[in-house]
Amino acid sequence: MVSQLRRDPRTIALIVGVPCVLMVLLQQLFGRHSPVFQEVGTPMLGLFPFITMFLVTSVTMLRERTSGTLERLMTMPLHKIDIVAGYGIAFALVAVVQATVVSLLALGLLGLSVAGPNWLVVVLAVANAVLGSTLGLFVSAFAETEFQAVQFMPAVVLPQILLCGLFVARDQMATWLRAISYALPLTYAYDALARTGADEINDVWFAIDCLVVTGSIVLAIALGAATLRRRTA
Amino acid sequence: MRAAAITVADLRVVRGDAVVLPGLSCEVETGSVTGLLGPSGSGKSTLLRAIVGVQKIVSGSVDVLGHPAGSADLRSRIGYMTQAPSVYGDLTVGENLVFFARVLDAPLTAVDRVLGEVSMEDFRRRLVNRLSGGQRARVSLAAALLAEPDLLVLDEPTVGLDPVLRRDLWELFHHLTEHGTTLLVSSHVMDEADRCHALLLLREGTLLAHASPAELRRRTGKDNLEDVFLRLIEERV
Repeated sequence: MVSQLRRDPRTIALIVGVPCVLMVLLQQLFGRHSPVFQEVGTPMLGLFPFITMFLVTSVTMLRERTSGTLERLMTMPLHKIDIVAGYGIAFALVAVVQATVVSLLALGLLGLSVAGPNWLVVVLAVANAVLGSTLGLFVSAFAETEFQAVQFMPAVVLPQILLCGLFVARDQMATWLRAISYALPLTYAYDALARTGADEINDVWFAIDCLVVTGSIVLAIALGAATLRRRTA
Repeated sequence: MRAAAITVADLRVVRGDAVVLPGLSCEVETGSVTGLLGPSGSGKSTLLRAIVGVQKIVSGSVDVLGHPAGSADLRSRIGYMTQAPSVYGDLTVGENLVFFARVLDAPLTAVDRVLGEVSMEDFRRRLVNRLSGGQRARVSLAAALLAEPDLLVLDEPTVGLDPVLRRDLWELFHHLTEHGTTLLVSSHVMDEADRCHALLLLREGTLLAHASPAELRRRTGKDNLEDVFLRLIEERV
């Protein structure tokens, strides 16, 4: 998988370059010292990897299903969890590069200041990427074509972005929206990064956020492995 | 007849609304090259998928090398080549084979061996996406040969190959049987049938005949295998 990406420099450029450009846009849009950029900049460092990894994984996994390579792997001595974990690790490596580059840019050149430790931002950004890729792997089971797989981005990712607290703080949302937001994993991923940016990592909510994100990754891996069937119709 | 490597009993497979195999029974002899012949849509690939254990079946049983098809014990003993070349297009030939060798726990020297067996030594560093259809099929076949399996299930392995290569591959298949390997090879090209020890003729999910090419000729009084097939269909009707 990693060597597959290595042969595809355009994808690499997009994975690493696009979030950088978006961060620059964000900073220019609001201004370097504006409270908005300082507030949403940190969680954005997690959102970009989440979205790109979701897309990359769901399409790669769909290709694996449609090209017959998955069928071949299924006849081989390999556990289903090996396939899912293999993808998880490969994409996590890519995510480390992506998150590191974007964080360095934001924290250095763009003047984003994070109250909490900088390394924690990178770790959380990687966790976001892994969460995105495990979710992508899971939903790819429900797509038959690449067109459908791409449509899962707005269907699965956008509602989470709308409700995670980025646009409207969650305590100002209608009760029923807030209730939904509690059920979405991105809410916790966003909150963890926001708290790191605001130096609230000793807050009990930060611990809960980390636990939920980890739990969601494990759950998505389990669900993803469950969608890999040795026998198909 | 030696012990059966594959025993299929009353196999019924339904895909969507279509009954692909209404109730098929057959055997494949150990150490033989058995040809699975039939027109497109006759259920060849579905039968092969059932044998390697990736096809959902409604009823019946498939036993392979003494185990139910799909058992974990079988996974390192069967080499399977799907109809569409199931290799990664954006990796080189060598990278594909090294990857599958790792998955199969095969030594990396196996990569050189299988590249030789399918005459693809010169293509090791080439991207699979840049290869022709026939070359891709050979990479896919090479991957199936990596673990020196006891049973090779090959779905149309010689499609699009030039006659010399086809002859070389059939020589390879026969060479493999000398070491006790069993091969089940599907094809819709009748002229390949003569190279098989036994033939399974499949049409619309039912078995028309299971015999050696010589015996089929004797039974139908026809020389050309295409005519033999036609004759057998007429007998049914």
